[in-house]
Amino acid sequence: MDAPREHIRVSGLEMRYGSRVIQSGLDFAVMRGDIFVIMGGSGCGKSTLLKHMIGLYEPASGEVLYNGTSYQRCDGEARAAMRQRWGITYQSGGLFSAMTLAENVALPLTQYTSLDPRSVRELVAYKLALVGLAGFEEYYPSEISGGMQKRAGLARAIALDPEILFFDEPSAGLDPVSSRLLDELILQMREALGVTVVIVTHELASIFAIASNSVYLDAETRTMLDTGDPRELLLSSPHAAVRRFLGRGAAPGVSS
Amino acid sequence: MTPAAPGFELVQRESGAVLVLRGDWVVAAPPPSLEEVLLALRDAAPVHLALDCAALGQWDSVLLATLRGCRAWCGEAGAAFDPGNTPAPALRLLALSDAVVPHRRAAEPRAAALRRLLAGEPLRAAFAGFLSACAFVGELLIALSRLLTGRARMRMVDLLWFVQQAGPRALGIVTLISVLVGMILAYLGSVQLQQLGAQVYVADLVALGMVREMAPLMTAVIMAGRTGAAYAAQLGTMQTREEIDAIETLGISPMEFLVLPRMLALVLVMPMLCVYSDVLGMLGGAPVAMAMDVTWGQYLAGAQEAVTLTHIATGVAKSIAFGVLIGAAGCRAGLLCGRSSEAVGQATTTAVVRAIVWLVVADAAFNIVYQRLGI
Repeated sequence: MDAPREHIRVSGLEMRYGSRVIQSGLDFAVMRGDIFVIMGGSGCGKSTLLKHMIGLYEPASGEVLYNGTSYQRCDGEARAAMRQRWGITYQSGGLFSAMTLAENVALPLTQYTSLDPRSVRELVAYKLALVGLAGFEEYYPSEISGGMQKRAGLARAIALDPEILFFDEPSAGLDPVSSRLLDELILQMREALGVTVVIVTHELASIFAIASNSVYLDAETRTMLDTGDPRELLLSSPHAAVRRFLGRGAAPGVSS
Repeated sequence: MTPAAPGFELVQRESGAVLVLRGDWVVAAPPPSLEEVLLALRDAAPVHLALDCAALGQWDSVLLATLRGCRAWCGEAGAAFDPGNTPAPALRLLALSDAVVPHRRAAEPRAAALRRLLAGEPLRAAFAGFLSACAFVGELLIALSRLLTGRARMRMVDLLWFVQQAGPRALGIVTLISVLVGMILAYLGSVQLQQLGAQVYVADLVALGMVREMAPLMTAVIMAGRTGAAYAAQLGTMQTREEIDAIETLGISPMEFLVLPRMLALVLVMPMLCVYSDVLGMLGGAPVAMAMDVTWGQYLAGAQEAVTLTHIATGVAKSIAFGVLIGAAGCRAGLLCGRSSEAVGQATTTAVVRAIVWLVVADAAFNIVYQRLGI
């Protein structure tokens, strides 16, 4: 089976909180193997868009298609099958505080596979080592720092070798070195396992280091302004706001 | 494409032992367990292990876990490990997992734990707990004195909000429980009194039982489960979200700002709920009494005669003390809460259990004092 190039398509999406429109008219595609960044100023609805994409919120209108199948039109079982192929890391880790890190990471493995306990243990050790937490198996989330919790959350997200990885603000709360290691890890996983990565971030260093595609959400017009490779957007986006964001306030080619 | 069945084989070649991997090593169709691979290695006990992945199909993390397991075994057995023709991306991912030196947790030797036990550590911990309880009472009194001199940073809005939550919002459940307890008391008494032909006195029994004992205790138990638990959960969640840290660093005392309005609300509301429960309990007993051929007039007159202002005061005094105990148990458990969601659950449990134990102990103490005073 040859998988289609287009992995995720957001089509005519409108998001609301009650009667307040957060964003509308969102239309963009994420290609297979893309590292796709959702960017924009604070409060423009980046995280909300991510939560719509992973089905935590229902859109006011429009839909999100995975491999051409609409998540919104699927029934519960088909949705669960889709979700199994995603790995999601949450802003503050989202670890279960009553379980050790090893138990946290092992949970999806014991739930969805028939692996034997010894292999699960080795897999968990490997995933934790991958995020730089080798030896922390028996710690509880409350015993480690916020940045470490975030990395442990990533270890849990990649436990099942997902096809798509969603990150909500991965580098917030990480020191520059760990943040770079995380970027490195994302690139390696994309290369080795062919995962598609969707990231919510406003970390410019990270955007330029790894992103191959992006969408810019604007808080004022409440819609997306542009989509494409951020390096190209910085130079040639028709929207000054996008160039200003990517140029850290200085928009090339615009005299202020 | 159907997945090729995964498998492995340990063969001896002139260069040494070679682990040949075949088929798809993916999580979805579990390959031979790591245990089996290690068992084969243990049997062969090679001094040099190489990998042959020529027949390997698709792979994912489960292959990497196996590689790590084999490599660790070689490390322990002193054998050389040669990844051979393992796919380059797999090797890169493997190398990535080696980037950070494994952390070693300092394990506490058992002897140390025993030594601490013998040195009276649990006793000292219990004493520290007692001291912190005293400190809590002390801080509460200081906050109260600041309130009385008008210097406390308590918001009136908060107090009114908590009064609304603890009082009017609790009326429904207090009504239900009080009426039912009144009925239960009436049944209990009337069966015994009927044997003596003295069922007229059922009114006395219900009235005194409610006013002196059941109304204060039952409302307190309801409030411990309803409001005390809520206080512990609120403050515990504020602790996990660093809200209490923020309040302290703003120079505001959490005692004045958070604990005082909650405690005051309970102390204000409890006596009122107690009196409300007195009345409803007596009303609840009435239909039972009437079923025993006591008229409404007789019941009312009996109750009126039995209950004096002193009786009501004894019950109300209890309920004020109970309000303090419930509030203290809830707020202290919340403030001492750890910083995880499990800790919030523990704090809530502690608050309710402690409140109920204190309630019953205090109730017994009150009754002894009342008996000595002859009221």
